[in-house]
Amino acid sequence: MPMTPTTSPLLTREELDAQLGGAARAWLDEALAEAEHAASHEPCEQPGGPYAVPSWELRYAAAGRYCGLEHADSVRALLLVEAHAALPALTRLYEQGTAAERRAVLLALHRLDLGPTALPLVEDALRTNDTRLVAAAVGPYAAAHLEAHNWRHAILKCLFTGVPVAAVDQLALRSRGDAELARMLGDFAAERIAAGRSVPADLTRVLDLTVPGPAAPTEES
Amino acid sequence: MRIFDPHIHMTSRTTDDYQAMYDAGVRALVEPSFWLGQPRTSPASFFDYFDALLGWEPFRAAQYGIAHHCTLALNPKEANDPRCTPVLDALPRYLVKDSVVAVGEIGYDSMTPAEDTALAAQLQLAADHGLPALVHTPHRDKLAGLHRTIDVIRESHLPPERVLLDHLNETTVKDARDSGCWAGFSIYPDTKMDEDRMIAVLKTHGTEKVLVNSAADWGRSDPLKTRKVGDAMLAAGFSEDDVDRVLWRNPVAFYGQSGRLQLDIAAPEPLHEGNSILRGGE
Ligand SMILES: [Zn+2]
Repeated sequence: MPMTPTTSPLLTREELDAQLGGAARAWLDEALAEAEHAASHEPCEQPGGPYAVPSWELRYAAAGRYCGLEHADSVRALLLVEAHAALPALTRLYEQGTAAERRAVLLALHRLDLGPTALPLVEDALRTNDTRLVAAAVGPYAAAHLEAHNWRHAILKCLFTGVPVAAVDQLALRSRGDAELARMLGDFAAERIAAGRSVPADLTRVLDLTVPGPAAPTEES
Repeated sequence: MRIFDPHIHMTSRTTDDYQAMYDAGVRALVEPSFWLGQPRTSPASFFDYFDALLGWEPFRAAQYGIAHHCTLALNPKEANDPRCTPVLDALPRYLVKDSVVAVGEIGYDSMTPAEDTALAAQLQLAADHGLPALVHTPHRDKLAGLHRTIDVIRESHLPPERVLLDHLNETTVKDARDSGCWAGFSIYPDTKMDEDRMIAVLKTHGTEKVLVNSAADWGRSDPLKTRKVGDAMLAAGFSEDDVDRVLWRNPVAFYGQSGRLQLDIAAPEPLHEGNSILRGGE
C-alpha cells in the first residue's frame, strides 16, 4: 500500500477502455449498466431487509479486483457518476466503505450535482488521521464548498499529518490575503521553533501564498 | 527470515509492537475479527470494528512496512447473543471488501445450538464468496469440539482445503490433519502451545499445511512468537526452507485462495515528525 498520499488523476471511460483487458472491460460495461439502471429506477423501498445491498454497490467494492487496484479509484468514480449517486447512496458507500472506497467517494464529489450537501463526508475525512483520506478530502469539492474556518484547519491538518499541500485544490486562490490563515501558520511555526523543532517547508510555502496580491485572472474577470 | 503471522489481533497492540514485528521479519499478517473482551450489545458495534479492520488498522500496519489483511465474521462467543446475531445478515456487504481474505474466526465456544447455526451459516457465506474460512477450535472440551467442527465442515459446501483449523495442540493435531484441513498453532507465553512443543509437533507431523501464529491480542501474549518458533526450528535442525514454508509460504498459500492477498507493500518510509500515528496526529 503506497503511503505517499498522492492522488493520481482519474481516468475517463475511454482511457480505461484503452487500458483494460477484455474481461475487465466486459465487467466494467456490466457494472456501468447496473449503475445506470439504478439511477433511472429510484428505489421506493429497499427490498431484502436493512442490510441488503444494490448490486452496483457490490461492484463498487470489488472494482479493484476486476479492473486492477491501480484503476480502482477511476472505476469507482465512474460508477458514482453513471449512477448519478445521490447523497444517501454516497453516504452509505462512504460510511460502509474501506479507506480506499471512502477515498473514491471523496474524489468524485465535485463531479456530482450535490451543492454543499456532501460536506459532512469531507468533514468526517478531515477528522481522521488517515493521510489517504485527508489528501482526498482537500480536492476540488472542498475548494468549492468548505467554509473558511474548516478550510484553514484542513490546511493545518495537512501540515500536521504530512500530507503534501500540493494535494490541496485551489491552494493559492483560497490562501491569498487570508490574514487568519497567516496568523494560524505563524503561531504554528512559533510553537515548532519554541520546541526546538524544524518548521515544515510546506508551512512556509502556504504562508507565502497568504500575502495579499492581485487576484489571479479568472473566467469572470 | 520473512514472516507472515496468519492470526494476530493488532487492534489491541501498540506501534512498538509493529516496529518490533517488522524488525523480527514480519512483513504480512492477518487480523481475524474476534471478541473484544467486553461483550458488544449491537450490530453497529461490530460494524465500527469491521471498519477499523478495513481502514485504520491497515493504515497503521503499512506505516511499519507490514501488509495487513483481515478475516470478518460473527465470533462464536457472541453468536449466542441475540442482540448480535443480525451481524450475519450484514456480512455479505463486508465480505466483498478487497482486504478480506477469509471468513473468521468462526467455530465453537461452548457448542450451543446458536453456535451450530452461526458456524454453518458462515461456512456457507465463505463458499458463496469464494473465501476460505478460519475456524477456531474451542478452548474447553477441545477434542470433542474438534470432532463436531469437522462434522459441520464435512456437511458444508466448503472443501476442507479451504479451511484452517486453529489453536490446535498435541491432542487434536492428528484428527485435524486427517480431515484435510490446514493446521494452525497459536504459540502463547503460558497456555496453548509453546515453541518447544511446536518443534515436537513439526518433527512428528512435518511442515505441510502447517501454520504458526502468535494470536497476540489484549491478553497475555507475545507478537514475536512466530519469530521465536522460526529460531527454535533452526536450532532444532530444520532448514531455512522449512522455516520459510511454515512462516511464509503456507500462510500465503492458504489465504491466497481468496485471490485477494496484496503482499507488494512498499518499504517503510522513515517515520517523520509529522507522522499521523506518531502522536495520533497531535
Ligand atoms: Zn484470535
